[in-house]
Amino acid sequence: MIQQQAGALLKVRNLTKRFGDGCPQCLEGLGTGNDAEEGPLHHNYCPICGTVHALRDISLDLWPGEILGIVGESGSGKSTLMRCLYFDQEATEGEFFLDPFDGGKANVLKVSAQARRAIRHTLLGMVYQNPVMGLRMNYSAVANIAEKLIAAGSRNVGTMTARASELLDQVNIPLRRMGESPSRFSGGMQQRVQIAKALSNRPPLLLLDEITTGLDLSVQAKVLDLVRQLQADLGIGMLVVSHDLGVIRMLADRTLVMLNGRVVESGLTDQILEDPQDPYTQDLVHSLL
Amino acid sequence: MGVLLEIQNLSKAFTLHNLGRHIKACQNIDLSLQSGEFVGITGKSGSGKSTILKLVWRSYLPQTGSVFYESSEFGRLDLNQASERTILHLRRYELGYVSQFLNVIPRTTARRLVEQAWMEHGGAPNQAPVEAERMLGHFDLDRELWDSYPNTFSGGEKLRLNIARTMVKRPRLLLLDEPTASLDQGSKEKVRILLDRLKQEGTTMLGIFHDLEFMQGLCDREYQMAQGALGASYGQ
Repeated sequence: MIQQQAGALLKVRNLTKRFGDGCPQCLEGLGTGNDAEEGPLHHNYCPICGTVHALRDISLDLWPGEILGIVGESGSGKSTLMRCLYFDQEATEGEFFLDPFDGGKANVLKVSAQARRAIRHTLLGMVYQNPVMGLRMNYSAVANIAEKLIAAGSRNVGTMTARASELLDQVNIPLRRMGESPSRFSGGMQQRVQIAKALSNRPPLLLLDEITTGLDLSVQAKVLDLVRQLQADLGIGMLVVSHDLGVIRMLADRTLVMLNGRVVESGLTDQILEDPQDPYTQDLVHSLL
Repeated sequence: MGVLLEIQNLSKAFTLHNLGRHIKACQNIDLSLQSGEFVGITGKSGSGKSTILKLVWRSYLPQTGSVFYESSEFGRLDLNQASERTILHLRRYELGYVSQFLNVIPRTTARRLVEQAWMEHGGAPNQAPVEAERMLGHFDLDRELWDSYPNTFSGGEKLRLNIARTMVKRPRLLLLDEPTASLDQGSKEKVRILLDRLKQEGTTMLGIFHDLEFMQGLCDREYQMAQGALGASYGQ
């Protein structure tokens, strides 16, 4: 009931990301969203000026404690969306709001660089598809977590080590290996260290980008179970990007379907899978093994 | 007592873009359930009976019509118009959906699944183990299976696990999606006893069944469905 009344944890409005300046043809002629009106673009690429329209007018709401799935083929803009939300990349246009920051009133794309860093380190956690992006492979697992803790203002080595052990234990990394560097870990373990790192400052929002891709099935099950448990125990809201509909089906309450930088359909996950409305979503669901 | 669910003029068609076709699944369905009632629908495969259930659960989006539900939280509302958030809330606290299919994270024990359901619904975590054992026992899941992974369970066992993890939340309305399909006679009998027990406990149920025989003496009212339309009811 509390959940029903609380405001959205994350609100994204008309988020747009272009690689390139765009030209009058592609900026003016962008379709309204119907396939028939794709304008001059070839998928998300303007053949006239060479601009890639990676994200086009993305809007979404994420409620506290909710898992929102994002599916779509490679190149549809899923990872770009995550990176724009984590400030790895600068969005071209649009706005987003985080409830714990200024009561959700400030567009965090427009706040100072310092405030953005604070948001990134205290309110957000990111897990990348490729652990190399999220971890320093030659630092110890503990140091990787400490890095995030230091970024959020911790200075006491004792407390940081204690917190790091607690986190690594939570994601089932044996503590006797916490001094080793992730380069010596298996892919599944690296992914779990990334999750521990992302959780270190108890963020209300986690961004998970293809976290099970490339893991074998048994390890995948462990990571999924961990994610589910974090949601249940800590009530963290999550955006889960995956091209694997099975993963989305197990984790997400609601799902967005992306194609060529746009959201083509959104709904309850089981509705997306059982009664898809958009032609692309129907194709996608029919491809499910 | 009172009306818990009132379906009015409900129609559903699927648009298959790859074939450029519309397929009508059900048309102009009217149906209502009193609180505590057990209504059964039967009919051939493809007659549209599952469609009705999925429209109530909102896995399907309807074209026209209304599904009024008397919620304890929100009062009377049309499930077709309700927001996704409201639907998720109702699924968590008020509605239950049971089939023989399990869609769960692999390598999660039966016991854990029921515990999770209990906590999801807001139950105290320290009560979860007790509740899980109580439900698994109550719905006759073999004790040896409690700590094993359900993807190797038989259809009947999966069904009983599904009922346990749905009923631990005490839903006000239970939707039963062919709970007896592909079960042998013995297992069917067990399900029948179980459903009868749920009914005695006052659960309101809307179920679809393959065979008419099974529903007789169990349901308060029975409907037959053919070609997307609901036939006359045979009350008791």
